[in-house]
Amino acid sequence: MAVREGLLALLHEGPRHGYQLKTEFEAATGGVWPLNVGQVYTTLDRLERDGLVGVADSDGQKIYSITIDGVSALGAWWEAAPADEPPPRDELMLKVLMAIERSTERGDAHALSVITHQRTVLHSMLQSKRRARSTEATSLAARLVTDALVVRAEADLRWLDLCESQLNGTTTRKARS
Amino acid sequence: MNEPVLELVDVVKTFGKGSTEVRALNGVDLDIAAAEFVAIMGPSGCGKSTLLHLAGGLEDVSSGRVRVAGRDLSDLGLVERAALRRTDIGFVFQRLNLLPSLTALENVALPLELEGMGRREAASRSVDALAAVGLTEQLSRYPDDFSGGQQQRIAIARAIVVERALILADEPTGALDTMTGDSVIELLSTLPGRFGTAVVLVTHEPRFASWADRVVFMRDGVVVDQTASTVPVSAAGAVT
Repeated sequence: MAVREGLLALLHEGPRHGYQLKTEFEAATGGVWPLNVGQVYTTLDRLERDGLVGVADSDGQKIYSITIDGVSALGAWWEAAPADEPPPRDELMLKVLMAIERSTERGDAHALSVITHQRTVLHSMLQSKRRARSTEATSLAARLVTDALVVRAEADLRWLDLCESQLNGTTTRKARS
Repeated sequence: MNEPVLELVDVVKTFGKGSTEVRALNGVDLDIAAAEFVAIMGPSGCGKSTLLHLAGGLEDVSSGRVRVAGRDLSDLGLVERAALRRTDIGFVFQRLNLLPSLTALENVALPLELEGMGRREAASRSVDALAAVGLTEQLSRYPDDFSGGQQQRIAIARAIVVERALILADEPTGALDTMTGDSVIELLSTLPGRFGTAVVLVTHEPRFASWADRVVFMRDGVVVDQTASTVPVSAAGAVT
């Protein structure tokens, strides 16, 4: 996804070797985004081809540095909206929407029980993330990555709450009418 | 073996009568083990706060039983129940936890002095309890001089200054920002390990519930689901 720009951001701090970029990228992302060296060099080749990165030889090793065009591409990236902004098509959403579809067809409580179960599953996940954050996450990056997972799980849980109350509202209205 | 600290058996609580009757709790069974940290979640009106009030003996059940530390609350008179609340149950609420006219230290020492402990010993134990929640300075200032998070720490110190079996916390983070709330819940989560106290936390925030050993979900006055407890099986309470 944004590996190109991640490497540019690191090169903006100064020239680096390929392997150094790999280790610095992984440290900056809290260890959740491992890169293989091949991927790093492929990306660097493309950046060089596009004129965003220059290469020099230093004691038989390739050393990479950012070009003027690279700096402006990086500047644009800091400003741009994240490309992976969701079309909300994740599995949880599909599961719940399908369950609601089925319940509407059959008039059963399947959707409610799926929501209840998924909520419990998400909470269990949240508990284990919390525990991992307390015991394992040592670097600031790793803590922030866990925080991101926690708040995303929170968002999913809030969405489940909304599904449930909308569903109950629909049921109540139907029952009354 | 491992008798639960808090035990609710088929608890029903109704408010009002006849056509205006509302069933806040509709047959709740719940055990909380010693040194277990349990979060109770659910939409507004699901009965979670009512459950906490019944557990603390602040209200009476309509039917069913509530046992705290092995004693059935229905068997106790008002005086005995008040005594049980002083000795076995600590409360932490969203706000209005502390008496504004008493200093931080005096607020914490109050339950000890009510038990007849001498002022000097009560003060010394209170200083220890405040240190246990991370407060070591300005203890002779008044609650209003402290931030919201610090006020909750003082309330927690007051709850643990007596060795209690059970601490009941009703939305204690309600008035706090996320980071401060996290630190208050983190503190609550350490109490079972440090003091053997069971903690029951009512919250609507998933991030705060995630500190608990077990999360119990309520809807329409009943327990609908719960996560597996992370407390070892032999010690964990279970819904029956």
